[in-house]
Amino acid sequence: MTFDLALFLVLSLAAIASALGMVLSRNAVYSALYLVLNFITVAVFYLLLGAPFIAMAQVTIYAGAIMVLFLFVIMLLGAENLPASKVLPWQRPLAIGLSGLLFAEAAYLLISKARPSGSILPDAAANTVDNLQQLGLVLFNEYLLPFEVVSILLLVAMVGAIILTKKEKVEQK
Amino acid sequence: MVPLDYYIILSAILFTIGVVGVLVRRNALIIFMSIELMLNSANLAIVAFSSAIKSFSGQIFVFFVIAVAAAEVAVGLALIVEIFKSKRSIDVDQMSSLKG
Repeated sequence: MTFDLALFLVLSLAAIASALGMVLSRNAVYSALYLVLNFITVAVFYLLLGAPFIAMAQVTIYAGAIMVLFLFVIMLLGAENLPASKVLPWQRPLAIGLSGLLFAEAAYLLISKARPSGSILPDAAANTVDNLQQLGLVLFNEYLLPFEVVSILLLVAMVGAIILTKKEKVEQK
Repeated sequence: MVPLDYYIILSAILFTIGVVGVLVRRNALIIFMSIELMLNSANLAIVAFSSAIKSFSGQIFVFFVIAVAAAEVAVGLALIVEIFKSKRSIDVDQMSSLKG
C-alpha cells in the first residue's frame, strides 16, 4: 500500500464520517461544523488530485464564506433544534432504501460506462505555481465569457438577497 | 497512485448521504446543507475526471460551480429568513399552505 493510498483511505473515512455526522446530528450548529470539516477534507482531496486553485477556492469560499453565512442564519433564527412533530413511519426506511438503490446504480454506471480513457492520476508534484499559471491562462482565454457571466450572476444574487430581506417601507401619507 | 474508481465511489457515497439528508431531515437549513454536500461530491468527481484526462477544463467548471453555489446560498438563505419571519418555523412539514 502506497502512502497516497493510505492517505486517501484515511481522508475518505473522515469525509464520510463528517458527512454522516452532518446528516445525523440533532443540533443544526453541529451539522454546520461537521460540514466545514467535510469541505476541508474535500479540499485536501483536490490537492491530492493536483488542483491547488480549486482547493484554495474551496477553503475560502465554501468553508469560509458560505458556512459562516449558514452559521449566521442558524444563530439569527435560533433554529438549532426543531420541536418534535410526528413523522411518517414509512418515510425513513423508504428514503434510505431508495438512496441505496441510487448509490448502487450511480456507482455501477459511473465505473462501467462513464470513465475517461486515461485513468492515471497526477502526483502531488502538480501543485506548483506553473500549474496555476496555466489554469489562469485557460480561464481568461477560453472561458472569459462564462467568467463575466458569473460576475453578473453574483451581482444578481446579491441584489436579490438584499431585496428579499429588506424591510417593507410603510406608506406615509 | 490512487485509482480513479476510488474517487468515483467516494463521490457517489457522499452524494448518497446528501440525498438521505434531503429526504430524511425536516429542518430547512439542514436540507440546504445537504444540497451543498451533493454539489461538493459532484465537484469532487469532476476534478477527479479532469485530472485523469489531464485537462484544466474540469477545474474551471468546478470553479464556476462554486461561484453558482455561493449565489444560490445567498438567495436561498434570504428566502429561509423570510419564511421564518412569516411562519415562525423552518420545519418543511409546516410549509403546507397550498395544500387543499
